[in-house]
Amino acid sequence: MADAVQKKFIKGNEAIVYGALDAGCECYFAYPITPQNDIPELMSALLPERGGSFVQAESEVASANMLLGAAACGARSCTSSSSPGISLMQEAISYLAGSELPTVIVNMNRGGPGLGNLGPSQGDYFQAVKGGGHGDYRTLVLAPASGQECYDMMIEAFDLAFKYRNPVLVLGDSTVGQMKEPVVMRGPAPRNDYGAEDWRLEGARGRSPRLLKSLFLEDNSLGEHNRKLAEKYEAMQKEARAETFATEDAELVVVAFGVIGRIAKSAVRELRARGFKVGLVRPQTLYPFPSALLADLARKGRDIGRHFLTIEHNCGQMVEDVRLAVRRDADSAFFGYMPGDMPSSDDFIGPILEALENRNESKEHKE
Amino acid sequence: MNVACDIELQRKLTPGPDETLVFDAPKSLVDTPMHFCPGCQHGLIHRIVARTLDDMGLQERAIAVGSVGCSVFVYRYISMDCVEAPHGRATAVATGVKRARPGNFVYTFQGDGDLAAIGTAEAIHAANRGERISVIFVNNTTYGMTGGQMAPTTLLGQKTTTCVKGRERETAGAPIRMAELMAQLDGVAFSARVAVNSVKNIRKAEKAVRRAFEVQEQGLGFGFVEFLSTCPTNWRLDPIKANERVETEMIPCFPLGVFKEMGE
Repeated sequence: MADAVQKKFIKGNEAIVYGALDAGCECYFAYPITPQNDIPELMSALLPERGGSFVQAESEVASANMLLGAAACGARSCTSSSSPGISLMQEAISYLAGSELPTVIVNMNRGGPGLGNLGPSQGDYFQAVKGGGHGDYRTLVLAPASGQECYDMMIEAFDLAFKYRNPVLVLGDSTVGQMKEPVVMRGPAPRNDYGAEDWRLEGARGRSPRLLKSLFLEDNSLGEHNRKLAEKYEAMQKEARAETFATEDAELVVVAFGVIGRIAKSAVRELRARGFKVGLVRPQTLYPFPSALLADLARKGRDIGRHFLTIEHNCGQMVEDVRLAVRRDADSAFFGYMPGDMPSSDDFIGPILEALENRNESKEHKE
Repeated sequence: MNVACDIELQRKLTPGPDETLVFDAPKSLVDTPMHFCPGCQHGLIHRIVARTLDDMGLQERAIAVGSVGCSVFVYRYISMDCVEAPHGRATAVATGVKRARPGNFVYTFQGDGDLAAIGTAEAIHAANRGERISVIFVNNTTYGMTGGQMAPTTLLGQKTTTCVKGRERETAGAPIRMAELMAQLDGVAFSARVAVNSVKNIRKAEKAVRRAFEVQEQGLGFGFVEFLSTCPTNWRLDPIKANERVETEMIPCFPLGVFKEMGE
């Protein structure tokens, strides 16, 4: 519907709300925390108008468990928070994954550990990507780098949540949440519940009762359940996706996600203009991780001695996944910009040139 | 042979032309052996709840929220849609269920460690928001399933595995009275404490559960019933002595009665 398309100059946090609403969000539960308060504030105004339910919970522990209840009914539910609040949700996220319930959780990452500060950070990468709560489970993780991606990825997140009956995390940061940009909104997205009518709770009228749980006490039943989950996580791998820029002949490929990936792209563009053969991979899904794409780049770049540099807004987390992905044919250096305040592309020029230099040295040494 | 026995039993249970059926198993209760210890009153409480759901015609519209502890197996005994909540979070999960499906009847079944310790914040705030849910709270003064540790409801002087000399007020505080606490909150439409240690008290308990369910159906607010219940195994008492303890030790500390009731 062309007339439903609108372009608005809004914050990333607001784009999250409009994305959720266009994805058909029916229930939103949250507790206030900086730097994402635009989300609950706007939700509280818009969601009830559209017939949805907004609850300001007493804590993130409660809001995440409200999600569990709404998700069990097959409702389109979401919450948003920032790092310390996401820590409090980990118990419920584990239960949501164990009970195979679809929901969307937005984390506008702020500086940590502990109370940290309100500035941007990518310190929650491990928490988001490696589990965070107890038990052997995975959540899909999307990483927006712009207001437009905040909107688009919310629609995608709801779809993936129902497709895989699994919680989906949207991992932004203070910067992408607060930054104002033009965002194109396309109106209500097509909705697919992927057969939720076969499992959701609605009262056992005319059918046998349904049960949603993560407790498996009978012999071998937990093993079977874990195996089934592992197969599902394996099936998710095909959703891995990344933006690539100038990688074709690149001797050094920078890997960076979210806003840091966008800033790194400016640095790469500038160095290209100065004649350096550098490129960029910006993972848009952090789980599943675009390992195959990186492995392929490493293999194809063997002849030119292609090397990698991972840049993150933390002390080194995603770099472990990059190294695992490229390990047969290459390695990755690391540059960490300390969390809490914003880097500019100038901050990355030096580290990229240094990594390029070190690569040339090690190549000469080998020769 | 079993089949023959069942047919024989069935014949005995079917009322004859000159007989009137005065007692049977509720439809909402699953016909299965329960895991509860001999003398435990959880089973009786499930039966009262199931009977009320039958009487009010709620079974097909009900969604139960389970919890953690001896109450965890509610889904084995109650024949209706059910979701399992993490320890203490049943009232938050029930909030999510009710907000997503306001037309359904939603109730939680929680023990004292679950509701009155780890889940106090969720319980108090769901009550204070006046969520249209009903809560069945079982107080047996101990953590039954984990082996009899001290609960927030453990009586002063009561010995448990984590207060071997008996609970002391100075270091562990005094038993928490949830039904009275709930009655203080504006969102609560009904709050009562009942026991099932005598036929008379069972009759009162049935009335209280019915009222706690009705206030949800009438949209008046949060319904709360605290059941005093036995735990013979962890109390180290036989079932009869455990039942006597309800009268002699628990009721003096946890008085029975209706602490709040909103009219329609």
